[in-house]
Amino acid sequence: MIGALNSNIPSGPLEQKWQGHKFNSKLINPANKRKYSVIVVGSGLAGAGAAATLAELGYKVKCFCYQDSPRRAHSIAAQGGINAAKNYQGDGDSIYRLFYDTLKGGDFRAREANVYRLAEVSVNIIDQCVALGVPFAREYSGLLANRSFGGAQVSRTFYARGQTGQQLLLGAYSSLVRMIGTGAVEMYPRTEMIDLVLVDGHAKGIITRDLVTGKIESHSADAVMLCTGGYGNVFYLSTNAKGCNVTATYRAHKKGALFANPCFTQIHPTCIPVSGDYQSKLTLMSESLRNDGRCWVPLKKGDNRTPQEIPDSERDYYLERMYPAFGNLAPRDIASRAAKVVCDEGRGVGPGGLGVYLDFRDAVQRYGRESLGLKAGEEGKPEEIQTRGEKAVKERYENLFDIYHQITDENAYKVPMRVYPAVHYTMGGLWVDYNLMSNIPGLFVLGEANFSDHGANRLGASALMQGLADGFFIAPYTVATYLASQKPDKRPKLDHPEFKKAEDEANALTKRLLGIKGKRSVDSFHRELGLIMWDFCGMARTEKSLQRALSRIPTLREEFWKNVNVPGENESYNTALEKAGRVADFLEFGELMCLDALERKESCGGHFREEFQYTAKDEEVKTGIVCEGDVKRDDTNFAHVAAWEYNGYGQKPIRHQEELVFERQKPAVRSYTK
Amino acid sequence: MNFKLKVWRQKDRQSPGQLVDLEARNVPPEASFLEMLDIVNEDLLAKGEEPIAFDHDCREGICGTCSLTIDGIPHGPSETTTCQLYMRKYKDGDTIYIEPFRVRPFPVIRDLCVDRCAYDRIQQAGGFISARSGSAPDGNAVPISKPNADNAMEAAACIGCGACAAACPNGSAMLFVGAKVTHFAELPQGQPERTKRALAMVAQMDKEGFGGCSNYLECEAVCPANIPTSVINTLNREYVLASFKDALV
Repeated sequence: MIGALNSNIPSGPLEQKWQGHKFNSKLINPANKRKYSVIVVGSGLAGAGAAATLAELGYKVKCFCYQDSPRRAHSIAAQGGINAAKNYQGDGDSIYRLFYDTLKGGDFRAREANVYRLAEVSVNIIDQCVALGVPFAREYSGLLANRSFGGAQVSRTFYARGQTGQQLLLGAYSSLVRMIGTGAVEMYPRTEMIDLVLVDGHAKGIITRDLVTGKIESHSADAVMLCTGGYGNVFYLSTNAKGCNVTATYRAHKKGALFANPCFTQIHPTCIPVSGDYQSKLTLMSESLRNDGRCWVPLKKGDNRTPQEIPDSERDYYLERMYPAFGNLAPRDIASRAAKVVCDEGRGVGPGGLGVYLDFRDAVQRYGRESLGLKAGEEGKPEEIQTRGEKAVKERYENLFDIYHQITDENAYKVPMRVYPAVHYTMGGLWVDYNLMSNIPGLFVLGEANFSDHGANRLGASALMQGLADGFFIAPYTVATYLASQKPDKRPKLDHPEFKKAEDEANALTKRLLGIKGKRSVDSFHRELGLIMWDFCGMARTEKSLQRALSRIPTLREEFWKNVNVPGENESYNTALEKAGRVADFLEFGELMCLDALERKESCGGHFREEFQYTAKDEEVKTGIVCEGDVKRDDTNFAHVAAWEYNGYGQKPIRHQEELVFERQKPAVRSYTK
Repeated sequence: MNFKLKVWRQKDRQSPGQLVDLEARNVPPEASFLEMLDIVNEDLLAKGEEPIAFDHDCREGICGTCSLTIDGIPHGPSETTTCQLYMRKYKDGDTIYIEPFRVRPFPVIRDLCVDRCAYDRIQQAGGFISARSGSAPDGNAVPISKPNADNAMEAAACIGCGACAAACPNGSAMLFVGAKVTHFAELPQGQPERTKRALAMVAQMDKEGFGGCSNYLECEAVCPANIPTSVINTLNREYVLASFKDALV
C-alpha cells in the first residue's frame, strides 16, 4: 500500500523553483558518472534526447526501441510545430503567458510548477535544435519564423514546413547516433520492453524481447527511464502509428507504478473520417489548416445537397458562432465536442453523417482577390480569382491537401474537406513527481508516457515541446539526485533472482499466447475493444456508458485468453505474437481508463461527462462566458490527480489522489468566447 | 475488388525465399495497399497460416518504415510511400508482385522485412552536428538566409526509407548520403565538421557495400520525399573538396 503522494515541488516563488531546484540537486563527479548505467526505453524526442544527453554527461546508456531504427519513433509524425516563449514576434508573449495558456488549455488539471518549468525551458529547446541543424522556417531576414496555433492569441509556434516532428526527431536522433558512434550509448532496435525489474523496491533493470529472434534478455542498470509514448491505440483507430502501445508503462504499472488520469485522452477535431471497417488507422489534418479553413455544417438536418449548392444563409459556421473570440482556432477538445454536437443533431455530412466541412472557399477568394489587388466591392474575373487563390492556399498547405487527395480522391481546393474528430494524444500516463520520477524509486517517466504537463487537454504544438524539455533539459538533471543516493557500480548482477523470475514470467506469457490456438485473430479483438472504448469512453461519457464498457471489457478479455489465434513460434520474427502481447495489455488497460472516467464525476478538458455540463440556466451561459454544453469542472471535489495502484489481475485498482496546488494561477472558468 | 498476389515469403535471414501465390478478396477500393495486405493476413490467419510479415508503422508517409517493392518498383506506383498507395489505382483482377527492398546491404529478416541498420551506421559515422545539450547560443544569434534554410529543409526531408538504394541498379545509397551531407553543408552550424563528415559518411557507405552513382537517376524517380539528385552533385563536390583539404593538412 502506497502512502501519501509527494510531488516534491520545490519551495520558493514559481519563477525561481526550477533554478533553485537545480542548485539544490546533487551532482555526480565526472569520474563517477561512468560508473552509473541508465536504461532508456523509447527513442522519440524524450528518449533520444535523454539517451544522448545522459551519454554526453558521461553516463553509460542503453537505449531500446521497437522500430527498426530509432529515427522512426512516432514523434516523427507531428506536423504543425513546437511552441516556445521566445517572443521573437514581439506580440506580447512571455514565459508566463505560455505557462498560463498551457495551464488554462489543460483546464487546470495539470501541475502548476511543472507547467511553468516547461514554459521556462521551451526557449532552450529552440536554441538547442537550431544548434543541431534543425531547418526551422525562416524569414527573409534570416531570422526564425512563427505561426499561430489553437488556444493562443500570440504567434509562438516554430515550424519546419508541415514536418516539424520529423525535423525535431531527426535532430534528436543525430545527437543519439553521435553518442552511439562513440560507444557511450548501446542501441537495441527491434527490441521491446517486456517487464520492469525491481530490486529492493527500486527500478534496477528491464526484461526485453528481441522481436526478430524472440530472445528474452535481462538488462541491469542504476535507473530506468520510460519514454514510450501514449496509449491512444487502445481505441484501435487513432492517429498513432500502428506499433504504439501501452505495454512498457502498463507492465511498470503492474510492478507498482501508479497510473495517473488515464481517462484524459485528446480527440483531435480534424481528421479524415472513417470510411469502412477494413480501416487500420486515421490520418490527421494539421491544426494549422484552421488558420484558413472554416468549419461548417448545413443548418437543416439531413440536407443532401452538395456543399456548393448550400448558400451561406443555410450554413452554420458553428465554431465562429459559439466561440467568437477564438473562432476556428478554438482548442482541440472544444472544437471536437462542437463537431460531435452538430453531428448528433443530424446535421453531419458524408456517409453516416459523421463529418463536418473544413472549407477553404473563402480563403481561396480572399487570397485570390488580394493577389489581384482588387479593392472591396470591385469585381474580378472569377476564374482568375480562383486560380490565384488556389495557388496561395497551395503555398501554405500543399502537403496536407496532397495527403487528403491521396486518401479520399477529392480535390479540397474545389470541394471542402470532410473531417471528423479522432483519437490523437493521451494526457494521462504514469504518475511522476517534479523530478519526473514515479513512485518507484529509480523509475523515471518522460514525454507523453507521463501525465504531468497537459492536464485534461493538450494545446497544439506542445507535445514536441514537452518531449524535448523532459529529454534534453529536465531528466538528465533530476536523475543525478537519485543516482547520488545509490552506490556507484553496485547495480544488481544479472544472476539476481529477480531477473530470473521476470525472465521466467516473460517466457511463460509467450508460451501461453502461442498455446491458445483459438479461432479469432489478435486484430479482431483489438478492433472490438476499440469500438467499446470509442462508443462508451470516447468524446462523451456517461455513468451508464462507462458501466457498460466495464461489464463488456472483462468478457472480451476472457474470450481473448481462450480464443485468440497466435500462429507460429517464439524463435522467429512473429508479428502476430508481438501484437498479441500488446493487445493483452490494452484489454486490461481499457478497463482502468473507464474506471478512472467513471470516478471522475466532473467534466474537464477532453473528459466530457454528459452529466456535468453548462446549461441555459447557468449564470456563466447567460453572461456569455461559456456556451451551453461546455464542460463543467468541479474544483471543490476534483482539483486533484487520480493515481491508480495495481491491485492484481481482475481486481479493482486503488485510487490515490494528489491535490493540485495552484499557488499563482487560481483555476478560473475556461472561456474562449470573449 | 479481387487481386492475384505473388508475394515473397522467406522464413528468416538464412533460409531461401520464394514467390508464393496468394489471393486478395473483397478489397474496398478505398483501402490502402497495406490495408489490402491486412485483409490477406486475416484470411491467412483464419486458415491457421502465418501472416505475411511486412514493415509499417505510421501509415501516413513520414516514418519511412514501409518498404515494399511492388511490381519491381520500390514503393510501387505510389506518389510517395507504399502506405499512401490506394487500391483504386489498380484494376479489379490485377496481378501484383510484392517483394522486399532488394539491395545487398539490406538483408531480408523475414518475408518482406529487411534490415536497414546500414543507414543508421552511415549516419553514425558523421551525420550530425556535435552540439552538446545546453551549450547552444540563442536561436536567432546566427541568421540563416531563407534560400539556405529552404535548401537545407529540402534535403532534410529524407525519410530514410532506403528506396533510393533499392531502386538503383548499382545499389547506391548516394541519394541518402547526399541528402544528409547537403542538409548540414547548407547551414552555418554544419561548417566546423564539414570535411570530416563527408569523408566519414562516404567511407562508411563504401564499407557497408553500397555502390557508386552512375547517373541512372532511378533514386530520384522513386524517392517519396522528392529529394533531388542535385544532392549527389553536392556530395561529390563536398567529398572531393574534403579529400583535398584532408590531404593538405
